[in-house]
Amino acid sequence: MTAIGLAVSDSRTMLRRNLRHMQRYPSLTVMLIAMPIVFLLLFVFVLGGTMGAGLPGARAGATAGRAEYLAYVVPGILIIAIAAAAQGTAISVATDMTGGIIDRFRTMAISRAAVLTGHVIGALIQTMLCLALVLGLSLAIGFRPTAGAVEWLATVGLLVLVTVSMTWLCVALGLTAKSVETASNSPMPLLLLPFFGSGFVPSDTMPAGLRWFAEHQPFTPVIESLRGLLLGSPIGNSAWIAVAWCVAIGGMGYLRSRSAYDRHAVR
Amino acid sequence: MTPPTGSTAAPAIRTIGLRKAYGDQPVLHGIDLDIVGGSVFALLGPNGAGKTTMVQILATLIAADGGQAFVGGHDVARDSDGVRALIGVTGQFSAIDDLLTGRENLQLMADLRHLGRTDGRRRVGELLERFDLVEAADTTPVTYSGGMRRRLDLAMTLVGDPRIIFLDEPTTGLDPRSRHTMWEIIRDLVSDGVTIFLTTQYLDEADELADQVAVLDDHRIIAQGTPAELKRLVPGGHIELRFTDPAHLDEVAATFAGSFAGTERDDEALTLQVPSDGGLGSLRSLLDLVDPAIEVDVSIRTPDLDDVFFALTGATSTTTKGSPS
Repeated sequence: MTAIGLAVSDSRTMLRRNLRHMQRYPSLTVMLIAMPIVFLLLFVFVLGGTMGAGLPGARAGATAGRAEYLAYVVPGILIIAIAAAAQGTAISVATDMTGGIIDRFRTMAISRAAVLTGHVIGALIQTMLCLALVLGLSLAIGFRPTAGAVEWLATVGLLVLVTVSMTWLCVALGLTAKSVETASNSPMPLLLLPFFGSGFVPSDTMPAGLRWFAEHQPFTPVIESLRGLLLGSPIGNSAWIAVAWCVAIGGMGYLRSRSAYDRHAVR
Repeated sequence: MTPPTGSTAAPAIRTIGLRKAYGDQPVLHGIDLDIVGGSVFALLGPNGAGKTTMVQILATLIAADGGQAFVGGHDVARDSDGVRALIGVTGQFSAIDDLLTGRENLQLMADLRHLGRTDGRRRVGELLERFDLVEAADTTPVTYSGGMRRRLDLAMTLVGDPRIIFLDEPTTGLDPRSRHTMWEIIRDLVSDGVTIFLTTQYLDEADELADQVAVLDDHRIIAQGTPAELKRLVPGGHIELRFTDPAHLDEVAATFAGSFAGTERDDEALTLQVPSDGGLGSLRSLLDLVDPAIEVDVSIRTPDLDDVFFALTGATSTTTKGSPS
C-alpha cells in the first residue's frame, strides 16, 4: 500500500472506532441533539409570538408573528446545533487523550493524522444527522423555506464548511485542555455567540457597541447567508465573509491540533 | 508466527550514554545497555528511578536529550517508524479502549497492523483463546477484572507479532494468581524467540523471569548482570537463631563469641545472626555448640535480589530483611 493508501485505511479504522464510541455512549449524542431542539421549541412556542411581532414588517396577530419568527430563528438554531456538536467533539477528544490507548497508537507504525481525522469525520457525520433532525422538526412545525435545489445544495455546503471549521477548532481545544472539564467549558462561547449576532433578533435593534460586535463576528455572515439561501433575503457579501471566517478558523484549528497532537505529553 | 531466528549476534536493544532531563531535574544520566536478542532483560528500580522514561524513549514516545538508542538496529531518534514496526508496548497504564469490546479492541489492532480481513479475524480468535478471553470477548472491558484487563492489553500488543516487546511493570497491582499467569505468558513469548524488555519493582519477578538484570537508581545503572552474578555482589547469607529466653541468648552469644566472627546480636528480637554460606557443614559446626535443651528456632537465609537491591540502592533495610554489611 502507498503512504496515502495507508493514511486512508488508518483513518477509516479510526472513524469506525469513533462511530462505535457514539453508538456505545449515546447519551452524549442525545444531549447534543436535545439542546438545539429545546432551543427551537422554546424560542418558537414560548417567545415566538412576542418576538415575531417585533420583527420588521411583521403582520398583525400573534400566530402570524410566531410563523415569521420560526422562519427568522431557524438559521441561528442550526448554528447552535453545530456549536453543541463541536462542544461534544472537544469532550470526546479530551477524554480520548486521557486514556492510555493514544500512547499505544503512538508506538505503532500508523499514519499520524489518522486519529484526528477519525474524530473530525465522525463528528461531521454526527453533526449532519443532528442538523437533519433539527431541520426536519422545523419543517414539521411550519418552517417553509423558499429555497430551490441549488440553494439547498449551497446550504448543505455551507453547513458542512461551518461544521468542519468548528470541529477542528474544538479538536484543538480538546487536545490542549488540561482536563475533560476544561474541554467541556472552553467551547461554551460558541454556544452564546449566535445570541450576540443576528441569530435571534436583528442586530440593528441592539445598542451601538454591541451592534458593531454583532455585525463583525463570524457567525453573523454565516447566519445571514443561510437566511438568504433558505428564505431568499438579500445575501450581499455575507457569503464570502462567511467562507473566509470558516477557512481561517478551521485552518488555525487544524494547524494547532496537528502540533498539539504531535507534542501531546505522555503520561 | 515466525520461528526464532537463532541469531543472537546483534543486540536487540543498545543504548549509549542515553540522557534525559525534565527541566533541571535529571531522569536518566548516561545509560549504557546491550540487550541480546531472544532474552529477557529486567530493569529494576524503585519508584521514580526513571524506568518508565527509559521505556518511553525506546518505544519512540519521547525523545532523549542526549546519547543514542537502537532498537532492532534502528535508531530511535532517526528512524522511529522502523522501530515502531518491530515493537510492541504494554505500558503501566492500561492502553485499551473501554468503549469497545475485547474482540473489537483486538480487531482495531489487527486493522491498524493492516492484517487483512481473514488473517485479522484468525489472529484475533487465536489471541482470545490463548489469553483465556473467549467468554468475555463480546463485553466491554469495564466489566473485566484487573488480570483480564492486563491480559487484553498484552494480547493487543501481540496482534502484530512484535519481535521486541516492552513491558512496563506488567504485574503491578495484580493478585498472586494473575501475576503467575502473566509470568507464564511471558515465558511462552521468550520460547518463541521474542526479546523482552521488562521493568519491575519486584525483585522476585526479575529473579523469576530475567536473563539479565540492571538496577537503576538515582538515574544511573548501578549494577548489571545475571541474577546469580548480582547476588554474588552482596554477602547477605546468614544463619539466624531466634530464642525465647534472653538468658539463652546470652549463653549462646558467649559461646559463639570466640568461634564465629561477625555474629550480630539483637536483644529486642532475641536473635543471633551468624554469617554463613548456608551449607550443611557450617550449619552442623554451629549447632554442635548449642545446648540441645535450649529452645531455639533456626533459619537459613541465602542472599536474594532484595539484599542486592537494598545494598545497592542504599535504601534502609527493614528489620526482617537483615542488613548485609
